[in-house]
Amino acid sequence: MTPGIARYRNILDFTLRAMLRRRGKNLLVLTLFTLVIAVFASILLFTRSLRHEAGLVLKEAPEIVVQRMVAGRHDLISAEHVARIASLPGVRGVAPRLWGYYFDPSANATFTLVVPPDGGIGEGKARIGVGVGRSRKLFRGNTLVMRGYDGREHALEIEALIPEESELVSSDLVIVSERDFRSLFSFPSGRATDLAVTVANPREVGTVAGKIAELLPDTRTVTRDDIIATYQALFDWRSGVMGLIFASALISFALFAWDRATGLSAEERRETGILKAIGWETADILLMKFSEGAVIALISFLGGCILAWLHLHFFWGSLFGAFLKGWSTLYPYFRLAPVIDPYNLAVLFMLTVPPYIAAILIPSWRAASMDPDTVMREQ
Amino acid sequence: MIELLRVSKVFNQGRHNEYAAVREVSAVIATGRVTVIKGPSGSGKTTLLSLAGCMARPTSGRIWLREMRLPAGLGDGREVELSSLPERFLTGIRRGMFGVIFQQFNLIKGISALENVLLPAYPLGGDMAGLRRRGAGLLASLGMERQAASRVEWLSGGEAQRVAIARALINDPQVIMADEPTAHLDTALSREFMETVGRFRDEGRSVVIASHDPIVCGSPYVDSLIEMRDGDLTGQSAPTPPAP
Amino acid sequence: MNHMRPSDGLFLLLAYLLLWVVLLCCDATRRSRESEARIALERTIVRSYALTDLCLSGEARYTRHLSQADIHAPFQDHPLALEHFPSGSLIPPPPHLARRTTP
Repeated sequence: MTPGIARYRNILDFTLRAMLRRRGKNLLVLTLFTLVIAVFASILLFTRSLRHEAGLVLKEAPEIVVQRMVAGRHDLISAEHVARIASLPGVRGVAPRLWGYYFDPSANATFTLVVPPDGGIGEGKARIGVGVGRSRKLFRGNTLVMRGYDGREHALEIEALIPEESELVSSDLVIVSERDFRSLFSFPSGRATDLAVTVANPREVGTVAGKIAELLPDTRTVTRDDIIATYQALFDWRSGVMGLIFASALISFALFAWDRATGLSAEERRETGILKAIGWETADILLMKFSEGAVIALISFLGGCILAWLHLHFFWGSLFGAFLKGWSTLYPYFRLAPVIDPYNLAVLFMLTVPPYIAAILIPSWRAASMDPDTVMREQ
Repeated sequence: MIELLRVSKVFNQGRHNEYAAVREVSAVIATGRVTVIKGPSGSGKTTLLSLAGCMARPTSGRIWLREMRLPAGLGDGREVELSSLPERFLTGIRRGMFGVIFQQFNLIKGISALENVLLPAYPLGGDMAGLRRRGAGLLASLGMERQAASRVEWLSGGEAQRVAIARALINDPQVIMADEPTAHLDTALSREFMETVGRFRDEGRSVVIASHDPIVCGSPYVDSLIEMRDGDLTGQSAPTPPAP
Repeated sequence: MNHMRPSDGLFLLLAYLLLWVVLLCCDATRRSRESEARIALERTIVRSYALTDLCLSGEARYTRHLSQADIHAPFQDHPLALEHFPSGSLIPPPPHLARRTTP
């Protein structure tokens, strides 16, 4: 070993021994710091994965959705809109979409009823997402009974469950035929929930959407890019609870640093003085304080990242689940594609590890540069 | 030898509570001898000790180290003037050439006696296994092998001082500095300490003690006395020739 | 020498944590291979049912179909109303609503 490394290891040994003396306090700090980093890392990994997966999956979403508005509210759109949009240049096809919400009192959950545009389901049949199956304890071949808007009961035979791997998009879906949909909701014929427009040239989506809005002032359009952007903006740093979590973490961190800065204990000052008096340089003391911070910060960072990964991928991000689920009883247990973003992790590292080390190091600075004879004079 | 020429140390300079702890003191501390800086409390003897031990810089005056083994790359290897040296070199000299025994022993609580002994050696980057053997050997030579693993706060005053002595010796210093070493010891332990001082002299080390304890000042091992009062040098007895 | 240095303990702990990191990286590769098939399936479902949104939270219309929310939906009755669904406070209004203010 070169003297430099031997010196560092010797000082590190002493630092660890000194830290072990205050085992309780250091363990507490380590645990709290690990948890803070685990929460941060979970959020980062979760949003990154979710955005990644949303970006891929929603590439298959309709290019333009046209919704009719009545007095500022989303309303049903009529068949004549279909013809007028279809006549626009650049439009390849217009398909009415039929979908809606059904509140199920026995499951206390809201299902999303969807009619497939290609009509690929028979009358009296239903295909359900596994979330629906779970909440109503339904399996293939069972009958799903729903109370229609006309007051009558509608019985649908469950033809299949949508594969559970796709829960992220399908958990609360009930796929039914157009006839069943219209009779269940007493849905007026000749009307649709909204329209899905396909465009001949994908680069003209924006132009076509603009033309539709011009031609039909009572409608609004949502393009596929808008949809994807919605999910890219999800869990924005500034939004609601995320901002709250970040702000509170920052504040508590600042408080902690302030506490360290002002509360360098008399005992610590005395020890620093002793070390100076027996021949430690300012640099040796700072190296010791640096190690003290680095040991806690590194272990916490690694531990926090590991915990975050376990939380997300082995416990299905159950903490976020609690938030997303909220008061709804139907919650998808989705798996997400693991995305490790080095940039995100680097940001997390820079936001946690150096500030912590600085919080340990900076208050010690003055003590470390005290005169070696201070200890002799103070006694 | 350590030579001090018209050395002063002023604390809180330029402020209302300014005071001179040491005023214009010139003295010589001979190599291989036991020198006692004698004086009542507040006489400036501790300050003079820390000036001679490279722990503080004089406000004015000069200090030379002559005819001593200096760390490589300093002066001409035989002689150096301290007040012109940057802090880094001063630290090097302090930990390489001086071992200090403090009045309160200044041991670090919560770690073992042996760990305390090894502390001054850590920044020098020595091999740990060799260091531990050396530290254990030093403790054993002071009759402390059984207490090596004990925490220092469990030791008695006499034991704690022996740990402090072993710590002062770990870097094999040429000069041992002791500040009021007998202040917390009873008569028997104080006499025992002076015998240890005699051993240091026999090993060829210089010893400088700041004390007003008659047991120290009157000890047969003492070669030379520097007397202080109110920051002024009031007398210096010439060092006796080295023992044959 | 039978005496273990504290720094050895630290290095062991760090090595242990790094081992975990390596294991989790292996887990990540395995999972991303698995997820390719799953994403393909999800894409098929989105295409064939003409879906627009992920099923993240079914609490309210605007959290179930985030991108389809109209400008009034995220502020149910008053622009300054406090969000009363937990999911809504995690989720900002879709950006295209902020951009285009016409209904």
